[in-house]
Amino acid sequence: MVEKMTLLLLILIPLLPLLAFVVNIFFGKRVGTNAAYVSLAAISVSFVISLYLFFGMLAGGEKIVEYTFDWLNFGSSGVKLGIMLDGLTAVMLVVVTTVSLLVKLYSIGYMNGDPRYSRFYAYLSMFTVAMLGLVLANNFLLLFISWELVGLFSYLLIGFWYEKKSASDAGKKAFITTKVGDLGFFAGLLLLFTVFGTFNFKELGELVIANLASGSVTVGMLNLIGILIFCGAVGKSAQFPLHVWLPDAMEGPTPVSALIHAATMVAAGVYLVARTFFIYKCAPLAMAVVGYTGAFTAIFAASMALVAYDIKRVLAFSTVSQLGYMIMALGVGGYTAGMFHLTTHAFFKALLFLGAGSVIHGSGTQDIREMGGLGKKMKITMVTFLIACLSISGIPGFSGYYSKEEVLSAAFNSGNMVIYWVGTITAFMTAFYMFRLFFMTFTGTSRTEIHAHESPKTMTVPLIVLAVLSIVAGGLFVMGHSFEHLVYFGVEGAGEGGAEAGSHFVRNMSITVAVLGITLAFFMYYLKKISPEYLAEKLASIHKLLSNKYYIDELYEIIFIKPVKGLGNFLFKFDQKVVDGAVNGSGFMTVLMSKLQNLFDKVIVDGAVNGTGWIANKGGEILKQLQTGFIQNYILIAVSGLFVIVLLRIIFK
Amino acid sequence: MNSLYFYTILIVSLVLFLIGVYGVLTRRNAIGILMAIEIMFNSANINLVAFNKFLNLENSIGIIFPIFIITLAAAETAVGLALILSIYRKLKSVYVEKMDLLKW
Repeated sequence: MVEKMTLLLLILIPLLPLLAFVVNIFFGKRVGTNAAYVSLAAISVSFVISLYLFFGMLAGGEKIVEYTFDWLNFGSSGVKLGIMLDGLTAVMLVVVTTVSLLVKLYSIGYMNGDPRYSRFYAYLSMFTVAMLGLVLANNFLLLFISWELVGLFSYLLIGFWYEKKSASDAGKKAFITTKVGDLGFFAGLLLLFTVFGTFNFKELGELVIANLASGSVTVGMLNLIGILIFCGAVGKSAQFPLHVWLPDAMEGPTPVSALIHAATMVAAGVYLVARTFFIYKCAPLAMAVVGYTGAFTAIFAASMALVAYDIKRVLAFSTVSQLGYMIMALGVGGYTAGMFHLTTHAFFKALLFLGAGSVIHGSGTQDIREMGGLGKKMKITMVTFLIACLSISGIPGFSGYYSKEEVLSAAFNSGNMVIYWVGTITAFMTAFYMFRLFFMTFTGTSRTEIHAHESPKTMTVPLIVLAVLSIVAGGLFVMGHSFEHLVYFGVEGAGEGGAEAGSHFVRNMSITVAVLGITLAFFMYYLKKISPEYLAEKLASIHKLLSNKYYIDELYEIIFIKPVKGLGNFLFKFDQKVVDGAVNGSGFMTVLMSKLQNLFDKVIVDGAVNGTGWIANKGGEILKQLQTGFIQNYILIAVSGLFVIVLLRIIFK
Repeated sequence: MNSLYFYTILIVSLVLFLIGVYGVLTRRNAIGILMAIEIMFNSANINLVAFNKFLNLENSIGIIFPIFIITLAAAETAVGLALILSIYRKLKSVYVEKMDLLKW
């Protein structure tokens, strides 16, 4: 009975936003600006339910609710779909609904006066539905369907202002780039189904261990499946080499960047790896690929953030870097650490994006070189932004510190020192570029004539709520074992012991690098003791390389886009020269033959033909009346004929 | 009981088919006609699946065949839409009564 109740609530969570989507998309004109309230009401209820289930999960311990139904049946075999609730899902539900709720509230102010207001809310709602479906799925198939839906709505939202060419291009880029990863993901799924014959996570988890023990599946196979599935995560979570879409995706409205490209969708890749951890646990090579990809992406993206000037791009690179962090944590076996960082990151990164949105809204520019001294005019934004910066930098007391230290401890304890040091250096860079951003935006004197103003209440309230969450989400860790216990569920013995993980060395090291980074930024951008311009000149080649994002976009242009275009041009030329040549040649021959036949025709055939022609002409004159040119008339005659035949058949049985 | 159920499905399929025929005959918009054709396709699909179930075919051909039809219908719609697009570029209209180039 209790289970039925839970199940009902579970279904309600995605169903309500879906309803909001239907209302907003079909009755958008009639709903008008009330669209926001429709979406908000739906997500609020979902949020409350999620919280209720989450705390139930925290208190109640080990109960997994699962519901499966047949989707397609082919004779004896078939495909099942279903949803389930376990600890991991409960955490993700809370993260998704919280951020979604706050972003929708925030958008009331931010999107005010947009001509496609209700459509925006419809997309946001449907995105939330897809994301909730993704975390609720109890099998790979539903996860994949939601995964693609999420991708679609991300595309629609990035290109929301499609009148701008750069926005519609960015949407396409995001869609196509992630599709490259999804191709691998799909191949992995097919392989998985061929080998194990089921998509269900729980069954798979048992089958993997059983089959590995009985020898019916090899570690090599698991490695292959693991790496293929990881391709999907690489695309969605913007890991190297498919990271190129995320910075461009900042063309979308800022609330979208906060919801999709900071808190939820990009975390889906991390969630996927966490959900399929049972495979990686048995596949050391795939695990190593995950770890190194994450570590490389973390430091690679952080380095690009050091020199970016667009406030949203800095945050985008930071997101890529932090996602690399989570992936890295999973790759070294730090299952809890990765998920924990995902949770805290969702809050403070959403806060950073919404804060950036507030800055952009208030000042009308995205270039931090044109800002400065905004702190005086935008107090709430500044304070909340500062909290987020402290959190992401890993200052003790803020949530980011706990999760980041967890990640680094996991790396340290795994014994993989390369990954650990990469993570530590990244932490230093993170602290530096976040405070570079903060000082350039909020302190000093205004560098250009900007009449900044504080944003309306609907925008500042979400900022404050997220700021509070950015501080207290770390408290989840103080509940310590319960979080670990929560997300472990269903993945027996999935990771290292989290509690004794934080050795003094790691803890001191991570605080030191954070403080160092902040201090350096303070000297360079607040006291201006060290001139950034001088440094940029000194290290001109590195600065240029970083500013141009390692020329990855250009590289892809040369490797992939140019050849395809070249092939197209070649085929076009081939068409023109060879195919057209052949056609023209045969045409010429035909003309020659025709001339000969013409003589023959004129003398002998024409006489006979003219007679026939005259008859045909007269007949045509009469019959042409039938040719009305309206296709529907013809079809009508055909259908009438059909009915006559059917009637005759019935009568003369 | 079973056959009554079966006939109900057949009637649903027939009605769908007739809706499709009606749509094809009366729609002025070429895209509407394309949609109507889709409806007719799907009524045929329902028939196939229903007969498969009623006749208890062992090899499930009646279920697998509609999947091919759906795939083909998708391709066909893509071609149809492309045609309509190029017609629209030429005639600045998708109303079928404008498309009378084959008239005498």
